[in-house]
Amino acid sequence: MSMNNQGRPTRSEDIETGCAPATFTGNRALILEEKLIFESGSTDRTGIDFPAAPDAPSKLGGLERSVEIGLPGLSESETVRHYTRLSRQNYGIDLGFFPLGSCTMKHNPRLNEKMARLPGFADIHPLQPQQTVQGAYQVIDELADWLKTLTGMPAVAMSPKAGAHGELCGVLAIRSALEARGDAREVILVPESAHGTNPATAAFAGYKVEDIPATKEGRVDLDALIARLGPDVAGVMITNPNTCGLFERDMKKISDAVHEAGGFVYCDGANFNAIVGKVRPGDLGVDAMHINLHKTFSTPHGGGGPGSGPVVFSEALAPFAPLPFVEGQGGEYRLVEEENAEEHHASSFGRMVAFHGQMGMFTRALTYMLSHGADGLRQVSEDAVLNANYILRSLEDVLDAPFAPSGPCMHEALFSDKGFADGFTTLDIAKGLIDEGFHPMTMYFPLVVHGAMLIEPTETESKDAIDEFVGALRHVVAAAKSGDANLKAAPHHAPRRRLDETMAARKPVLVYKDSETAA
Amino acid sequence: MRYLPLTPDDRDAMLARIGVASVDDLFSDVPEEARLTGTIRDLPDHASEMAVERHMQKLANKNLVAGSVPFFLGAGAYRHHVPSSVDHLIQRGEFLTAYTPYQPEIAQGTLQVLFEFQTQVARLFGCDVANASMYDGSTACWEAITMAGRITRRKKALLSNGLHPHYVSVANSMARFTGDDVISSAPELSAKTDIADLIDMIDAETSCVVVQYPDILGRMEDLTALAAKAQEAGALLVAVVTEPVALGAVKSPGEMGADIVVGEGQSLGVGLQFGGPYVGLFACKQKYVRQMPGRLCGETVDAEGKRGFVLTLSTREQHIRREKATSNICTNSGLCALAFSIHMTLLGEKGLRDLAQLNHAKAVKAAQQLAQIDGVSVVNDSFFNEFTVILPVDAREAVRELADRSILGGVSLGRLYPNESELSHALLITVTETCTDADVDALVSALREVLS
Repeated sequence: MSMNNQGRPTRSEDIETGCAPATFTGNRALILEEKLIFESGSTDRTGIDFPAAPDAPSKLGGLERSVEIGLPGLSESETVRHYTRLSRQNYGIDLGFFPLGSCTMKHNPRLNEKMARLPGFADIHPLQPQQTVQGAYQVIDELADWLKTLTGMPAVAMSPKAGAHGELCGVLAIRSALEARGDAREVILVPESAHGTNPATAAFAGYKVEDIPATKEGRVDLDALIARLGPDVAGVMITNPNTCGLFERDMKKISDAVHEAGGFVYCDGANFNAIVGKVRPGDLGVDAMHINLHKTFSTPHGGGGPGSGPVVFSEALAPFAPLPFVEGQGGEYRLVEEENAEEHHASSFGRMVAFHGQMGMFTRALTYMLSHGADGLRQVSEDAVLNANYILRSLEDVLDAPFAPSGPCMHEALFSDKGFADGFTTLDIAKGLIDEGFHPMTMYFPLVVHGAMLIEPTETESKDAIDEFVGALRHVVAAAKSGDANLKAAPHHAPRRRLDETMAARKPVLVYKDSETAA
Repeated sequence: MRYLPLTPDDRDAMLARIGVASVDDLFSDVPEEARLTGTIRDLPDHASEMAVERHMQKLANKNLVAGSVPFFLGAGAYRHHVPSSVDHLIQRGEFLTAYTPYQPEIAQGTLQVLFEFQTQVARLFGCDVANASMYDGSTACWEAITMAGRITRRKKALLSNGLHPHYVSVANSMARFTGDDVISSAPELSAKTDIADLIDMIDAETSCVVVQYPDILGRMEDLTALAAKAQEAGALLVAVVTEPVALGAVKSPGEMGADIVVGEGQSLGVGLQFGGPYVGLFACKQKYVRQMPGRLCGETVDAEGKRGFVLTLSTREQHIRREKATSNICTNSGLCALAFSIHMTLLGEKGLRDLAQLNHAKAVKAAQQLAQIDGVSVVNDSFFNEFTVILPVDAREAVRELADRSILGGVSLGRLYPNESELSHALLITVTETCTDADVDALVSALREVLS
């Protein structure tokens, strides 16, 4: 054994490798187990100091709280450690490749975060007198301008809070427009490959949902769609590029046919990242489209939101857009809300949210747009599409790519589970990728492909990062084809092994119960 | 371009692997006439960090920052001190840049946070269960109305006239399309809420009664009788809390029998942010859990028997149930829920009670001072940190004149109820722990000037 002169070993040649033994604490070096705050905190501990309250009579109307709430507190030092430890059990874009198809997990620039936190944006109240928030209105107006220009659409509603909320906004505008001409229609057509939010939204808005079949090439079946159109069809909801990662070549023909039949075209803009700066949906006959600022325009996903889903509108639907919105004239901005809607926006279908929308996301998205500029945004879509096609062609020899023979994909590449050994599924591929240090792709979506794997690299990944991912995925696919039992048990190296989702759903435990009160 | 790692050589090598000559060949499915070429009209090209920062700072400078002046606005968005560690922690990339936790083995951080958040919200509201967040209070309120409709199979919702007018507006806008019957009206400037009227209005068609606590004028009354009456008639009581800090001082709606309690969580951790993003809170009784909208995180074990957390009961949700889902919500407000939860953990029960007491005492003192101004009267008998005063002049005018004196003096009811002339002299004033004695003195003396 090599040692230095204090007897400390300097080389590791004698250390036995192999299966790691269990530890006393359950911790594994940098992966630290963390109790719940209900197990570590207490109701008399706090991490915040307040001055004493002044003497004043109680005006609480006799409603003073008499029982303990049961909220544990931690000191600041414990709080920082608790959440830091938890954070380390999470995978994020900052850590590595995150190719979730249809989710556009691109780099979140930190300038965006800094700008959103300028006190002039972060510390203003939505109901401040209008003369004191002109800069905030200008942010909304400038962002609206970018969105209208990039989509070639004349109007935009900024208030929807996320993609699905934007869908609802668009579908309600369609219904309002139809009702305004006394034309009650009942059906919205949605392709089989649509995001689940599309049919859920149409149903929420009071429509019956009917599927449109797909062609063998993974696109909307134009003939079947035209055959179904009629006086009962309010509109179609189409994702373009679609969820198979393909551009709907017939989009203009679809729009024309729907318009001809008196309906409207809603486009799910979740995949706008593939075409920003290259194609304007307005040129394809779209009447309404939401834009996920948390996808295409880089605002962070935050572990499940907040998002932001502004909706662009055609001339035909613009009058029905919801309140409020910002109007600018001669460098002066004002809000059109309930008070002045009568004269300026009488056909609006109303209000979707309190206040004016996701301002914190607007500042981030505008910062991103200004950073990239028009030239950069076009490069964004080109690189996103290039990266996806590179993945498609780097894997099609080992994975079934049902639509690859028909041509290039857009920003995401779709594969099926064909050819795996008996009992091996897409889920195993995902868990194997976790062990290799990657976030899995989207699994089992879209529903039109068996065992779907949808890979969206985005433009912010380097060629090296993609090559590494491709190498790892080929390795994992080989294991699935050969029936490697280790893959079936993956992940082995994550903070947790596979979790029992059936048990979670059968006897839901949704809140912490103190042991003495547990049922 | 600083966010794009591909070099020209990379692009060439990749195109060669793909087997096409140029990137444009990858866009061959886009019809020629729909392709954009040349520069995009009116939009600038890319810019340096420095240049972008300069532009954004210029816009930020045009706004009057709440923290820079005496500030008394509320009405559904409250300014509280958010400890420094909250913003530090939510900016950890593992939280900030994660997705919805669909792969639980590598998302235990987010999932444990959601489990803790759900428990905090359920306990605060006095309910059995809570979900993993909604967009904001107003959308949570509408979702509660639709949930009550599913449970009772009835279509009539009675909204208290003390419910935030934006929340009412959202419900009215949505109800037009869903065929729900929403009954609402504007509040009266009285110390009493409309609870007695609501009790009289409940009938066999009523799906739910929706009542805000404290209400839009800041008033609070016991909800116990209302809950009992509603339930007796087969309806649900939905309580809306726009200022969760109040529940550090007063009984929770759940304790008083509410079936569903929703709220706006912005007060804790999130900040004003000009109205969004905020975080919708949603809690209810255990028996209604399968009718809840949105994501739920549940406890389970992994293959080695270790405790872990997963998203659960997803058969309620759009990605499984499609048009039969309980809601179309997908992305919710995860990072704001994290901020709320961290702030709540820092407070703990003791901190929340201290904070609530501090807010209440400051507000009571401010109300006493304001009541001494000639012609000014306080409407409320009961309130937490927000109360309504009646001025001898139009309150919108007074608010503008106060702003000219660099005082953000409150929210005029004229702004919230533009068509209700009898409310035009009323001003909503909120006093939180961030208001100093000097701020209150400044408001009182400026208001005297404005009214003289």
